[in-house]
Amino acid sequence: MSDLVKILNVFCLLSLLAVGGGSAVLPQMEHETVTLHHWVTGDQFATIYSLGQMAPGPNMSMVALIGWQAAGVAGLLIALVAFYLPSSFLTYGCSYIWDSFKDNPWRDSVQRGMAPITIGLMLAGVHAVGKTACINPNHTTPFNTVTCTIALAVTGILFAKHINPALLMLIGGVAGWFLLRGH
Amino acid sequence: MPPAGNEKPNAREIFRVFAKIGITSFGGGLVAYLRDALVSDKKWMNEEEFLAALEIGQTLPGLNSVNVAIIAGRKLAGPHGAVAAASGLILPGVALLLLLGLLYDRFRHNPNVAAALAGVAAAAVGLLLQVTLKIGAKQFLNLRDLCFVLGTFYLVAFHHVSLPVVLFLVAPIAIILCRPTPTKPDA
Repeated sequence: MSDLVKILNVFCLLSLLAVGGGSAVLPQMEHETVTLHHWVTGDQFATIYSLGQMAPGPNMSMVALIGWQAAGVAGLLIALVAFYLPSSFLTYGCSYIWDSFKDNPWRDSVQRGMAPITIGLMLAGVHAVGKTACINPNHTTPFNTVTCTIALAVTGILFAKHINPALLMLIGGVAGWFLLRGH
Repeated sequence: MPPAGNEKPNAREIFRVFAKIGITSFGGGLVAYLRDALVSDKKWMNEEEFLAALEIGQTLPGLNSVNVAIIAGRKLAGPHGAVAAASGLILPGVALLLLLGLLYDRFRHNPNVAAALAGVAAAAVGLLLQVTLKIGAKQFLNLRDLCFVLGTFYLVAFHHVSLPVVLFLVAPIAIILCRPTPTKPDA
């Protein structure tokens, strides 16, 4: 099976499984694109993810860069279309018939039941990118100490202050440049 | 519900408004940008219409912001409106990402760039952790929910249980435990 067909399959499936926003598919995306298909390395995945968080627009458009690394411009286009089109079609169709099931009591059950699972998946997403971006066995302990400190500092600062996350990531980049150059 | 005000825009105007958000929304928080543009600024939707669109967008798979764009675009100008809204929101960021990707490919072996990118990647992990803890605050404080949070995390992160398995085996259990209270026995 050609890579383009695989890209189409992987991202179509992720699109339809992206419950509770995009971050919940992060662990599955990392597993498919790094471990199974080797389109990107773990390091590249973590970097591409962080670039996606810095760029404006929806935060999962970084799938375009994974498609690009896997199969050039065609891969980029297919990843993007495959990731956004299926869920968009579903939403388009469902927005017509929404009124008929919006008062169904099970809708609330689905939302309350799914909430902790979404959070668990997002935590697994933190693990999926954190295991290369923060606690990376290929890096030295001082290196990992710095990356963990940057991550936890960002978490703490965001809880304490309203500050644009893109700005914080730039600051993280400056801190990385300053503290990690020698390693 | 009657439309909220001004006459309906065409696809080009819709694309322009969403592309403006797609260009300026550094750092995320797109739903707030969408609300400002659609409800406060353009008055293309009223508050209830926006909240209804958001509710659909959050319930269905896909990114909330893209789903809201699809629904708003559809209401304003049918299929063309939906395409214009979603592509306006997505494409500017993709263009910038492509540029960042090209730079990354070219300079990633430079030790200075690699060090800076390691810092950015670490900061992104911190951001995702904060978002997870913030929106999960309620779930972390409820024992049953916490079991599902940690159970899902454990299965997916350490046993690589796939997302379809989680959604089709674990999720139904969680949903049934939260079933509507005045249940009537089948009979």
